Amino acid sequence: MNNPIARWLDSDVGHSFRSSPVAMLAAAIAFACIFCAVFAGWVSPHDPFDLSTLELSDARLPPAWSAEGSTKYLLGTDDQGRDILSAVVYGARISLIVGLVSVLLSVFVGVLFGLLAGFWGGWLDAFLMRVCDVMLSFPPILVALLMAGIGRALFPNAPTPVAFGVLIFAISLTGWVQYARTVRGSTLVERSKEYVQAARVTGVSPWRIMVRHVLPNVMGPVLVLATIQVGTAIITEATLSFLGVGVPPTSPSLGSLIQIGNQYLFSGEWWITVFPGTMLVLIALSVNLLGDWLRDALNPRLR
Amino acid sequence: MSLLQVKNLVVEFPHRRGALRALDDVSFDIAPGEILGVVGESGAGKSLTGAAIIGLLEPPGRIAGGEILLEGQRIDQLGHEAMRHIRGRKIGAIFQDPLTSLNPLYTIGRQLVETIRTHLPIGEAEARRRAISLLQDTGIPGAEQRIEHYPHQFSGGMRQRVVIALALAAEPKLIVADEPTTALDVSIQAQIIELLKNICRQRGAAVMLITHDMGVIAETCDRVAVMYAGRVAEIGPVREVIHQPAHPYTAGLMAAIPDMSMDRERLNQIDGAMPRLNAIPRGCAYNPRCPRAFERCGIERPDLIDAGATRTACWLHAAPTLEGAS
Amino acid sequence: MNELVQAHDLAKSFDVSPPWLNRVLERRPRLLLRAVDGVSFSIERGSTLALVGESGCGKSTVARLLVGLYTPTRGGMRFDGQDAHAAFKTAEGRQLRRRIQMIFQDPYASLNPRWIVEDIIGEPLREHGILKQGSELEQRVGELLKSVGLNPLDMAKYPHQFSGGQRQRISIARALATQPEFLVCDEPTSALDVSVQAQVLNIMKDLQREQGLTYLFISHNLAVVRHVADQVGVMYLGRLVELADKKALFEDPRHPYTRMLIDAIPQMKHVGRRRTPVQGEVPNPIDPPSGCTFHPRCPLANARCKAERPALLSLRGVQVACHAVEEGRD
Repeated sequence: MNNPIARWLDSDVGHSFRSSPVAMLAAAIAFACIFCAVFAGWVSPHDPFDLSTLELSDARLPPAWSAEGSTKYLLGTDDQGRDILSAVVYGARISLIVGLVSVLLSVFVGVLFGLLAGFWGGWLDAFLMRVCDVMLSFPPILVALLMAGIGRALFPNAPTPVAFGVLIFAISLTGWVQYARTVRGSTLVERSKEYVQAARVTGVSPWRIMVRHVLPNVMGPVLVLATIQVGTAIITEATLSFLGVGVPPTSPSLGSLIQIGNQYLFSGEWWITVFPGTMLVLIALSVNLLGDWLRDALNPRLR
Repeated sequence: MSLLQVKNLVVEFPHRRGALRALDDVSFDIAPGEILGVVGESGAGKSLTGAAIIGLLEPPGRIAGGEILLEGQRIDQLGHEAMRHIRGRKIGAIFQDPLTSLNPLYTIGRQLVETIRTHLPIGEAEARRRAISLLQDTGIPGAEQRIEHYPHQFSGGMRQRVVIALALAAEPKLIVADEPTTALDVSIQAQIIELLKNICRQRGAAVMLITHDMGVIAETCDRVAVMYAGRVAEIGPVREVIHQPAHPYTAGLMAAIPDMSMDRERLNQIDGAMPRLNAIPRGCAYNPRCPRAFERCGIERPDLIDAGATRTACWLHAAPTLEGAS
Repeated sequence: MNELVQAHDLAKSFDVSPPWLNRVLERRPRLLLRAVDGVSFSIERGSTLALVGESGCGKSTVARLLVGLYTPTRGGMRFDGQDAHAAFKTAEGRQLRRRIQMIFQDPYASLNPRWIVEDIIGEPLREHGILKQGSELEQRVGELLKSVGLNPLDMAKYPHQFSGGQRQRISIARALATQPEFLVCDEPTSALDVSVQAQVLNIMKDLQREQGLTYLFISHNLAVVRHVADQVGVMYLGRLVELADKKALFEDPRHPYTRMLIDAIPQMKHVGRRRTPVQGEVPNPIDPPSGCTFHPRCPLANARCKAERPALLSLRGVQVACHAVEEGRD
């Protein structure tokens, strides 16, 4: 049993995975979505951003299985003749990128602050925790709106990467707090354990103790939180884009697509909104379910 | 008639690779008013035995075989409700950590009165009187005032006294005490042991005292059962088991305990460790570590055999066969 | 000079006051916990001093003071002639840390669960630059594992794959990596089963003989102390009440607390012993009794005991802090 994948599958966590149909299904869906998003260029039949391939005459076609649809546009087209399927695939990619990067940023900042607060204690701990309290008293969407607004004011004609940067920063600003708190709690526990004291007796520097001894032991809950938070981040981004303050209109995410389709919902062209919405739900749901399973699987008491 | 009879008790933990037997064919009796000690090292199964008797086995652990009889009635197969009535009225429990044994949100008076009235048909005032008298019997000074206090207002030793009072509140016939003094300071240990012994004798309650401390057993118990790897290795009167142990494990254990009254260069050590539940050796579970093991030990598992004053699960004491050793 | 370790009037207080806001709003005073309140002793090279006492007596704090995990509020310690705590603060302190090591009580918390045994034992070697990662380090770790009775192949495993007794042996191997002269052992066998305890104690005694180690052995178990110690110090609420040779202490204990402690231990020899244990419990260390802190529980207490703290005096080869003993009332 030397293959690491085979070994993992045989471990307690792997076994829990194999015996949970929900987890396996969620993983399959999440994997499929990620695959589509990464290989968007190959998966999608058209390039929705290439203006030259758009034909206005094909605008607002219903999906392929209804009377006026065509197999060229499997899920129909939007008001500019863009293929919905392709738009959804590319949109998913944008949503996933924004979601994942902002979570990574949150984790980095949150874990760092949590480690510092837990390890040093004293005024640094008090200060950081007050900062957390203040951050938590603001509704996340409002904070993100505020940041996005400030960003637009500061960089009015920002190039796309800057706009993305501001968006990612806005989302991660609201997410880091829970990591900081969790890691601080775990750090406080680990700090008083004898293996840390043994390292101190040996003369290891506090930095090395923090990074090499304590950090590996506090990452468990962080992993679970991060998985669940990817779903939240994606939805936050979708909300912001829906409200018009998210991604720039040139690279629409699922939220923007939903917003675009919203205007046509009541005139009967439901597919422009529903398909992006379904994709969003699928991604968020599968990621959340995976996170739930992971939390139960890693909980030693339930094993 | 015995108060408690445990017959061939088997406790299993289902695991994805098959069930693990944590208790394998455990049998012993407790007479009314007797103090039986159950001693063993960690993993031997002594706490599990207590939990099985009280009916508090944590799932997925379950009783997979054997019987537990209290006053002649089977209690191992009772439902939740029926077991709840037994617990408290017939069997009282004392656990190791006094901090978590008491509900921190209620005064001890309320907890005592509630316990008494749940099991005995007594009015509020009478129950309160009894509670105060119980607290006085367990040596809590100023019981009439302290009955209104919360658990956190008591020190560790005092809390354990309250726990003992609570266990005795409904006048049970059997008390199961799982490491009642391990978390206490040495000087308090002595007080609590003395209290437990006296108060149970006074009320005619039998005690099943589970502990790893042979000294406590020696001073408190009438009989003792030595457990190893989920089985009973030896059972008999305390004096005999300690001074003339029949089972090599008991003998090894006694010799490994440092003695405060004399100097020794080396402590006798038993090499190796207690086998894990999924790797119990064939035959006698102790045979790989036993200095006196012979062929039969690795093949056939011994039942409890009479060996003078004690009973022991060891082939050394079987009727001589072709390969018997003295 | 044959004394490797000398502690002089060692004291450590902890500030356990309520938070500043609570103090201001509720007018609560500052609270000082005197964990160790003036402890002096010396340990000869190659011998073992055991410190015994119940909870709150400060023995664990003394252990941590001696290895530099805490700095003393008062007093100090000399190691091989030099002031240890001054040295700990300097770069020289690193050299000192090679010579003093510690073994902890909890075998489950004293090894990092995410590190393999090789890294755990090798850390002191790498930290002090004695050996770098590689085959030499591996070899040395293997030797250390053998010296505590474990298989060198075990170095690739994780701590959770070992039993409590084996983990404690790994801790001992780690402590011995830098070839220290002085080992502070904080209740090293309290969490172990009796038969495993015997194995670990035997190993510790063997290693002491082979390598000429000096031990400070902390324990609450007098029987274990009898087995390992040369000298025994009894502590109560942060103070030393008696300090004597092992034989003298066990055969003729002088201080009332020592006598009470020895009497309170349940012994296997005394089947069915009846005795009247001393009443009372260890008081709260934050608010200790005045004068001699043992006076509320002491059968020999008088007015002087309530008012005046007894000093540790040498009486007939034994050091005792008790007015009654000094006055010949015992």
